[in-house]
Amino acid sequence: MTRMLITATINGDTCDFLADPADTLLDALRGELGLTGSKEGCGSGDCGACTVMMDGDMVCSCLVLAAEAEGRVISTIEGVADGSQLHPIQRKFLELGALQCGFCTPGFIVAAKALLDRNPDPSESEVRYWLAGNLCRCTGYDKIVHAVLDAAAELRQDHQSRRMPA
Amino acid sequence: MNAPESKRAFRLVGTRPVRPDGVDKVTGKALYGPDFVAAGMIHGAILRSPHPHARIKAIDTSKAEALAGVKAVVTGADFPSSASHEIALGEGTGNVRYASQNCMAQGKVLYEGHAVAAVAATSEAVARAALELIEVEYAVLPHVMDIASAMASDAPLLHDDIFTKGLDPKPERASNVPLRFTTARGDPAAAIASAYTVVSGKFTLLPVHQGYIEPHACVASWNGDGQGQIWASSQGAFMIRELTAGILGISQANIRVTPLEIGGGFGGKTTIYLEPVAMLLSRKSGRPVRLAMRRDEVFRASGPAPGGEVEITMAADADGTITGTELEFKLMGGAFPGSDTHPAAFSALAHYNIANCRVTGWDVLCNMASTAAYRAPGAPQTVFAVESCIDELAIRLGIDPIALRLKNAVRPGDIGLMRVPAGEVGYVECLEAAQAHPHWSAPLGPNQGRGVAGGVWGNYGGSSTVVVSVADDGSVLVTTGSPDIGGSRASMAIMAAETLEIAYEQVRVNIADTSSIGFSMLTGGSRTTFATGKAVVQACEAVIADLCGRAAAMWGVESSQVVWRDAAVHCMAGEQKDQVLTLRELAAKANFGKGPIAAEISLNATGILPGFGVHICDTEVDPETGHVAIVRYTVVQDVGTAIHPDYVEGQMQGGAAQGIGWALSEGYLFDKSGRMENPGFLDYRMPVCSDLPMIETVMIEKPNPAHPYGVKGVGEVPIVPPLGAVANAVSRTVGLRQRDLPMTPDRVWSQLQTAKA
Amino acid sequence: MPSPAFHSPKSVADAVALLAADPDARVISGGTDLIVQMKSGRVAPTSIIDIKRIGGMIGVRQDSSGFKIGAATPCTALKDDKALAAAWPGVVEAANLIGSVQVRGRATMAGNLCNASPAADSVPALVAAGATCRIVGPGGMRELAAEMITSGPGQTRLAPGEIIAEICLPLRPRGGGDAYLRSIPRTEMDIAVVGAGAALVLDASGTCTAARIALGAVGPTVILAEAACAALVGTRLDDAALDAMAQEVRAVCQPIDDKRGTAAYRTAMAAVLARRVVKLAQARAGVAE
Repeated sequence: MTRMLITATINGDTCDFLADPADTLLDALRGELGLTGSKEGCGSGDCGACTVMMDGDMVCSCLVLAAEAEGRVISTIEGVADGSQLHPIQRKFLELGALQCGFCTPGFIVAAKALLDRNPDPSESEVRYWLAGNLCRCTGYDKIVHAVLDAAAELRQDHQSRRMPA
Repeated sequence: MNAPESKRAFRLVGTRPVRPDGVDKVTGKALYGPDFVAAGMIHGAILRSPHPHARIKAIDTSKAEALAGVKAVVTGADFPSSASHEIALGEGTGNVRYASQNCMAQGKVLYEGHAVAAVAATSEAVARAALELIEVEYAVLPHVMDIASAMASDAPLLHDDIFTKGLDPKPERASNVPLRFTTARGDPAAAIASAYTVVSGKFTLLPVHQGYIEPHACVASWNGDGQGQIWASSQGAFMIRELTAGILGISQANIRVTPLEIGGGFGGKTTIYLEPVAMLLSRKSGRPVRLAMRRDEVFRASGPAPGGEVEITMAADADGTITGTELEFKLMGGAFPGSDTHPAAFSALAHYNIANCRVTGWDVLCNMASTAAYRAPGAPQTVFAVESCIDELAIRLGIDPIALRLKNAVRPGDIGLMRVPAGEVGYVECLEAAQAHPHWSAPLGPNQGRGVAGGVWGNYGGSSTVVVSVADDGSVLVTTGSPDIGGSRASMAIMAAETLEIAYEQVRVNIADTSSIGFSMLTGGSRTTFATGKAVVQACEAVIADLCGRAAAMWGVESSQVVWRDAAVHCMAGEQKDQVLTLRELAAKANFGKGPIAAEISLNATGILPGFGVHICDTEVDPETGHVAIVRYTVVQDVGTAIHPDYVEGQMQGGAAQGIGWALSEGYLFDKSGRMENPGFLDYRMPVCSDLPMIETVMIEKPNPAHPYGVKGVGEVPIVPPLGAVANAVSRTVGLRQRDLPMTPDRVWSQLQTAKA
Repeated sequence: MPSPAFHSPKSVADAVALLAADPDARVISGGTDLIVQMKSGRVAPTSIIDIKRIGGMIGVRQDSSGFKIGAATPCTALKDDKALAAAWPGVVEAANLIGSVQVRGRATMAGNLCNASPAADSVPALVAAGATCRIVGPGGMRELAAEMITSGPGQTRLAPGEIIAEICLPLRPRGGGDAYLRSIPRTEMDIAVVGAGAALVLDASGTCTAARIALGAVGPTVILAEAACAALVGTRLDDAALDAMAQEVRAVCQPIDDKRGTAAYRTAMAAVLARRVVKLAQARAGVAE
């Protein structure tokens, strides 16, 4: 069993880690890299708890081999906040009670951020279909969708006010 | 302190502050069961039976033990034999021998996926490779997967020592039926015989899973001197300690269980599967061992909710009074006894006042995973049949379905099957609120229909221990032994801050391990805000009494001559009258005087009240394909007092969503060889975000007089009405009574085709 | 099981050589089928060949003969190509029904074809659109129609060492329109119980001059329902024509009962979806390019 040395950029930092060719990116994140924020709910790409960004695309890290991460830019839940400053999506999840057990929350936050980075004004239906790959068993999704829509509104307003002349 | 008689505005109770554990959970820092790492930890894996029923003739682990990297192998032979004895577990009891045999087969495998052996090795990959080297010789036995086969007189027996309890005379032959339970009052047969109208039906359901996203996982470390540690997520660290100690035959004080954050339980994590195995692997290897389930193992080998059959006959007068009901249900308990027979029986009709009724329930074994609690265990199944029948009566009698329920609803003082008068229950208020809600009178579109259903859950009190301590800077720490499944830390902080009259942020809540605090019953039964909350309030009151005593002593007055107000003691008499000593000032002086300020309360909470819900559901059915869409959903619930409304609403919405999945798309499927066909989230279909609309919630606050803030348990009620609400909506949409769950598109389509012919 | 070797070839020739050298090698692009099957033990490759670093494997280009889609192009990227999405919306939508957004950021149509599940979502749409695959192997290059790739559940007609390098779609014909629909129990995330793709060509009077109807999950491989197509050609897609088509659709289905649906339901839904997808394709055909 010869392990490979992989170099990737993770949450802005260059990281070197060892991986078996059969290991997934999720295995590497949670194991070698100690980033346990991404969760394994199913291991088969059906629950989204392992969602990360890879080269700008939202993917299930349980369906990426660690070896494929070579040279790629990866961001995880641990990279969403700016130091200890929470992203508006994180803040809205807290303010609106959009988490109960919190296990699915990292996947949802990464997925929601991917949506709002592309589409700053999604409809409720667009939010629901974008997040269809993230399972939540606690909330029934209601407060999650509200939190994402609220965060979108706040981000649009921030963007507007930053563009206004001083 | 009892709940106020009139509802007065609280300062913090009823507000929506951010939960104290929130930042960790939105940043990925919180540690859940599978996240914990112990120094020197190695990795376990479990070998599981491919057969649903077989005798184990021999197990040869020698090749596995010889594989490089393998540090320990364990089989059923490593488990101490235990006499069959019951321990208090959850809201009922559990049997230690069955729990032991479920953790690892001892002599027989009883379901596909039953654990047979386990390996610990330097990596999970090596452990799994070692599993392939274990040779098990099975003598395959015939299996039973349905009620009729399991109850047949010549059925293959799962156990040879099960004689149906509740039959008179006691049976001479063993069977697959551990229990028959019946409860009755009045003369239901006579009421049915003389009724104006009678409806009856047979309803069927498949087994379903709680569907928590976090698979079971633990790390265990067991030393040669007998002391052990377990880090795991669960609904009760004390439950883990008690069951593990019981199974391994060691004293409870020898195990420290540290609770990790839990990624969902819903009743499925009120028992254990992995911990004793991990402990044995650790003892043999001398290393801490991580053991976790993969998703398919969760489905095959944890504890789903039972499927089964419910037969019901309901009789009514022309004016809608339900005069009699007979209900008989058979639930498939899986490999070991215990399928929620009693709560299913008592919940079936507890929301109504029916003079003549008989409820009979059977627990039936079959070769699938042993069932465990799932949110109001047993009630969704029986109430589905009851609420469907009431809907049929409403249609037949031409009475509004909410008006019909109001006519028969339980009211305070009514005496039901449990022979105790109902307290300050709120079913009537829920029905009235549903009737007045805009949803009830909103127009429907083409191919749409509306259903309504009610439900009840008894809730639970139970034992909790809480410590409240005040640091010398006046900040307050509340320590409990109750895992936080869905925001209870916030509710504890609210209740403590409200009682002490301090800021919410001045209180922090800690969930302690089993060696650091006295016993608390598990988080389940909708008990935590009620029972642990009561203990929090009483501990705060004890702290207040202590502070008052210290101040009184300083002022040289009697304790009766001081009052606590606005987080300070006020002197009401003597020379120091009008003097004030704040919490902060007293705390700063504490260690120079009487000593640290802390209070511990252990209680067994009584005075619970059941919760009630009414759900309104609109469905749209595509007549060509049978697809059912939920277009609108409203949850009305009697919540007592909503300490933190976000988390009460969250329970209402989450329970409704689980019930919708149960009604429309979820169910265990088995092939002819008794193997589960859909042990994954692809084909075990839970609702996804695009499947559901916003779920509107209406909280009816009718406080519970026996709790200082009026709390009633809220977590379980919301899964009870949805099966009936959705089925009634679909029935009214397509004009055909739905009696078999799940109402998948092909089933609905098939009925529509038959009706056309 | 010893770990596989992992290779990231930089050219198609290198990839072919690696594949040819190891009969138990598997290609990975999105990995959304391969990794799932590796974990469940269904496949145990001795080497894994990542084709994503080969120049030209990712991306859509258009030339005078049509569209060339690199085999490693993820489904989400298809939506970003405005010309492709305008010419073959049925194909792009079908590919973007696979799994979730996360899965579609990785999954490819070539992988969907080669996995050869009878229920693959992109396949009926590709077949209806007349897609062909450019295959490269030790023996050189060849072209194969999309409907010829799969020979049975999990089986393809690719010879040892061959990979799909490109999927080719013709230019949208004048008066052409395509669509894909599927039947699933939930609203997302399910494997198709039935899938139906249709591509039509209508003349200026609205008469159908060409039709291709492809059905998924009602047989061991995708079914190009020729008799159903014939029932539409020369008609104005009136009710009688659609009824005749639906009858031919039902006649050609050979579904099974499985955990995802019964045979009877699948046959009935194939007809229902064929009608709906023909109507959608008709509406699109009426829209000038």
